[in-house]
Amino acid sequence: MQFGLSDEQEMIVSTVRSFVENEIYPHEAEVERTGHVPRELGEEIKRKCLDLGFYACNFPEEVGGAGLSHLDFTLVERELGRGSMALTHFFGRPQNILMACDAEQRERYLLPAVRGERMDALAMTEPDAGSDVRGMKCTARREGGDWIVNGSKHFISGAEHADFFIVFIATGVDETPKGPKKRITTFLVDRGTPGFEVREGYNSVSHKGYKNCILDFDNCRLPDAQVLGEVDGGFEVMNTWLYATRLTVAAFCVGRARRCFDLALDYAAERKQFGQPIGKFQGVSFQIADMITEIDAADWLTLAAAWRLDEGLPANREIASAKLYASEMLARVTDRTLQIFGGMGLMDDFPVERFWRDARVERIWDGTSEIQRHIISRDLLRPLGA
Amino acid sequence: MGENAMKVLVPVKRVIDYNVKVRVKADGSGVDLANVKMSMNPFDEIAVEEAIRLKEAGMAEEVVAVSIGVKQAQETLRTALAMGADRAILVVAADDVHQDIEPLAVAKILAKIVEEEQPQLVMAGKQAIDNDMNATGQMLSALLGWSQATFASEVKVEGDNAVVTREVDGGLQTIKVKMPAIVTVDLRLNEPRYASLPNIMKAKKKPLDEKTAEDYGVDVSPRLEVVKTTEPEARKAGEMVPDVDTLVAKLKEKGVV
Ligand SMILES: Cc1cc2nc3c(=O)[nH]c(=O)nc-3n(C[C@H](O)[C@H](O)[C@H](O)COP(=O)(O)OP(=O)(O)OC[C@H]3O[C@@H](n4cnc5c(N)ncnc54)[C@H](O)[C@@H]3O)c2cc1C
Ligand SMILES: Cc1cc2nc3c(=O)[nH]c(=O)nc-3n(C[C@H](O)[C@H](O)[C@H](O)COP(=O)(O)OP(=O)(O)OC[C@H]3O[C@@H](n4cnc5c(N)ncnc54)[C@H](O)[C@@H]3O)c2cc1C
Repeated sequence: MQFGLSDEQEMIVSTVRSFVENEIYPHEAEVERTGHVPRELGEEIKRKCLDLGFYACNFPEEVGGAGLSHLDFTLVERELGRGSMALTHFFGRPQNILMACDAEQRERYLLPAVRGERMDALAMTEPDAGSDVRGMKCTARREGGDWIVNGSKHFISGAEHADFFIVFIATGVDETPKGPKKRITTFLVDRGTPGFEVREGYNSVSHKGYKNCILDFDNCRLPDAQVLGEVDGGFEVMNTWLYATRLTVAAFCVGRARRCFDLALDYAAERKQFGQPIGKFQGVSFQIADMITEIDAADWLTLAAAWRLDEGLPANREIASAKLYASEMLARVTDRTLQIFGGMGLMDDFPVERFWRDARVERIWDGTSEIQRHIISRDLLRPLGA
Repeated sequence: MGENAMKVLVPVKRVIDYNVKVRVKADGSGVDLANVKMSMNPFDEIAVEEAIRLKEAGMAEEVVAVSIGVKQAQETLRTALAMGADRAILVVAADDVHQDIEPLAVAKILAKIVEEEQPQLVMAGKQAIDNDMNATGQMLSALLGWSQATFASEVKVEGDNAVVTREVDGGLQTIKVKMPAIVTVDLRLNEPRYASLPNIMKAKKKPLDEKTAEDYGVDVSPRLEVVKTTEPEARKAGEMVPDVDTLVAKLKEKGVV
């Protein structure tokens, strides 16, 4: 067993970290204030990442990516987690689900996405179907060899900047002993397709500037060429590619928690009350001890899950554990940091209140904490017949 | 590649990262370096960048990075390779991370390497941020009998000469030195690049020779005695402000938040 990073991994970590510190941090306050990333700024970040060969580094070399292992990519995500998500979005990690593209779709979607020419977004969630993906109402029916899509999706991140969308749509129903079960197909939908509309979503307190949108389909006609993977094969596509994105949430949480922790540590060492640094009071110092212990635990849990993916070992449960623990850890770390800052922690003069707000969504998206616990417990109990 | 294609030697030092809050060891013998983040001396990074730019401009053919110190300085050399240096030489001269190799010993080892490698230009940082000696480049120049141009904020190669703009008290001075020469670089010379991902991956495949101080017959034992190391003077007493608004305004004014 070996817990150290290789020289390359050390360099990847330090390069991404300096990139985030120098190219992302300086713009964070402005993005937070305006809730918006100016187009030129996003493009500039993108161009720098393309030049550095980091854009789409989660993709294999044969399609123009950097061919990073899951572990290497997790380290990249972890360092990106320090920075504002609205801005690091332009660091460019297209959905790896695009690897399911067929030869012709590669030219239109996968390769331009890897080259940074077209940005993607992924749409699964609907107002009436969140955790219960199969409950989706957005449907596609056959008409003259094409598909006619009706319905809507909401909470779609990155939609504002997306040129095309990877959308999960119901394409039929199977009668099963447990009742009717929807069949789902994955579609590639271009912005501007007639009958397809992207409109503004809700205002979220987490990750200001990283907007979520609503997608409306009104008799939108899609040819078979827009089907990603097999017809009715949506769940297979999901199961093959999507669980790895939960790992990125875990990695994000670890990186963000370390940035937050450093603020807490410095503040505890410098802020004086009752004639001494507040870090001398156990009420504060033990918070520090608990924070670093939990951050390290989440870090190892996350890296170990990534390592399992690289080794081709089953990792579904481990990834769920990492996502669950890291996101809940981040909530505690940001809350404790805010507490250590006292009243100033709530003020937007420091980034602490923002970290605390941002952290909240991590327990919700990419599968709520409850859904992660469901995945973990089913993985353990199902084989026992319970 | 231009007609003057030459070899550039860049010495790089592994130092405590400039972001790390430095702590003095309890016995006052120096700064605690165990388990703290170490990086390439920022001035050396600028020197590496400048050397790579010379290569990209066709003025240099090969960039060789050298580090003298503990074995871990290999990481520093890999960084130089990932930035674009062609090969590296590690001279292991200490086992203990707390043993600083003094400028004279470093200059002597570099002089031997220069004899072997025959570069036309040695591009070094003006000083290392750990002990701020600002001496190695000058000592090397004396040992080799080469011309030197220190505190460079602009470097141009013209034929056999280097035209160097120097940051001096009260302004800029431009001098022309005959090569081979030693140039030590200042902060404003350039902005070092990030290592690109493909170059990070390639760095491992680039040659890195490992030598020892003995290989060059140089005695690295310290000539200087550190008498005492102390923390900088504690901050002065605070100032009372009437309200939070004023506090925040003051903090902003001082660039703290
Ligand atoms: C800011 C933001 C961005 C998002 N971006 C995207 C995106 O880009 N693409 C996309 O497709 N989706 C996106 N989502 C949607 C996200 O994945 C869902 O919000 C999430 O899956 C939860 O669904 P829901 O909000 O409908 O909550 P619900 O599913 O309605 O859950 C409500 C509560 O019930 C609990 N619950 C539900 N089922 C169970 C169960 N079986 N056992 C126990 N408890 C249960 C949940 O844990 C939760 O506490 C985003 C969401 C947010 C907030
Ligand atoms: C929105 C808002 C409105 C307010 N309104 C008013 C008002 O109208 N009038 C007014 O006078 N004040 C007001 N306050 C100030 C408020 O009462 C203080 O913020 C609070 O007493 C904490 O002080 P502090 O923020 O300076 O934190 P600090 O005292 O600096 O505390 C920082 C951290 O150290 C901890 N700590 C400090 N001492 C110890 C110890 N001995 N042992 C263990 N832990 C310790 C604290 O619990 C905290 O976690 C307001 C604050 C806010 C945020």
